[in-house]
Amino acid sequence: MALDQSFVGRTYPPSRPYEVAREKIREFAEAIGDDNPAYTDAEAAKALGHPDVIAPPTFVFTVTFQEAANVIRDPKLGLDYDRVVHGDQRFAYHRPVRAGDRLSVTSTIEGIKSLAGNEILDIRGEVSDAAGEPVVTVFTKLVARAAEAAEGE
Amino acid sequence: MTAKIAYADVEVGTELPSRTFPVDRARLVRYAGASGDFNPIHWNERFAKDVGLPDVIAHGMFTMAEAARVVTDWTGDPGALVEYGARFTKPVVVPDDDAGAAIEVTAKVAKKLDDEARTVRVDLTVTSAGAKVLGMSRAVVRLA
Repeated sequence: MALDQSFVGRTYPPSRPYEVAREKIREFAEAIGDDNPAYTDAEAAKALGHPDVIAPPTFVFTVTFQEAANVIRDPKLGLDYDRVVHGDQRFAYHRPVRAGDRLSVTSTIEGIKSLAGNEILDIRGEVSDAAGEPVVTVFTKLVARAAEAAEGE
Repeated sequence: MTAKIAYADVEVGTELPSRTFPVDRARLVRYAGASGDFNPIHWNERFAKDVGLPDVIAHGMFTMAEAARVVTDWTGDPGALVEYGARFTKPVVVPDDDAGAAIEVTAKVAKKLDDEARTVRVDLTVTSAGAKVLGMSRAVVRLA
């Protein structure tokens, strides 16, 4: 079933702020095995010109993907969530995410396409801080596979 | 931002130090916990095979996180990253054995974008078991 094209351009209300914790950054950095001191040592981060420890570049996806999941679970959109795989991912950074940030995500459906039975959904997440300043723009392409088994991600 | 690599010192074709990142089941469980992505295709072999996958596969975002390290280790300052993106072309299949899988990453400067902003585009090649797992994997970084 083709998705409702009228959802293109729809923007969802900003998410509840996510507070970036120093220990959460450490946990994520350790999970990816990255020992860059900018993620765990405030002095090392300051030496690079950051006010506090910063998060690895893909950390912010852990914040935005919850929002993207809410969008694709919108029952009116009619997407079969069980068939969804991650197609593309892109980040455009205004500045690195850092400890103490209170991040809010505003998600917009940028595109809906049908291709060979697959439904392709482009979601843009604008991530801003407590002052409303932009931090990173997160572009996520999700693919709901045609009925047969999925491959990818 | 203080990248340790100077814009003037790189040319199109400059290679970044390549890396191989091991990934086993324990690593995926740990990443699931840290990222909040508990999709069972990343830890449950029975479920993964039920949905047509050869075995448990790594999170695409885990692969992207590992590949980014080639760029952030090169610049020193992860804050030098301006843009980063990839397409998930093939899964990284992670068997339940002692070896697990390996993610192999090479990267080179593909273009000098802006002499004022000192930005360059880095193209990454990311493979596992001989297959390209990320496509169009590119980063834009601001150098010193």
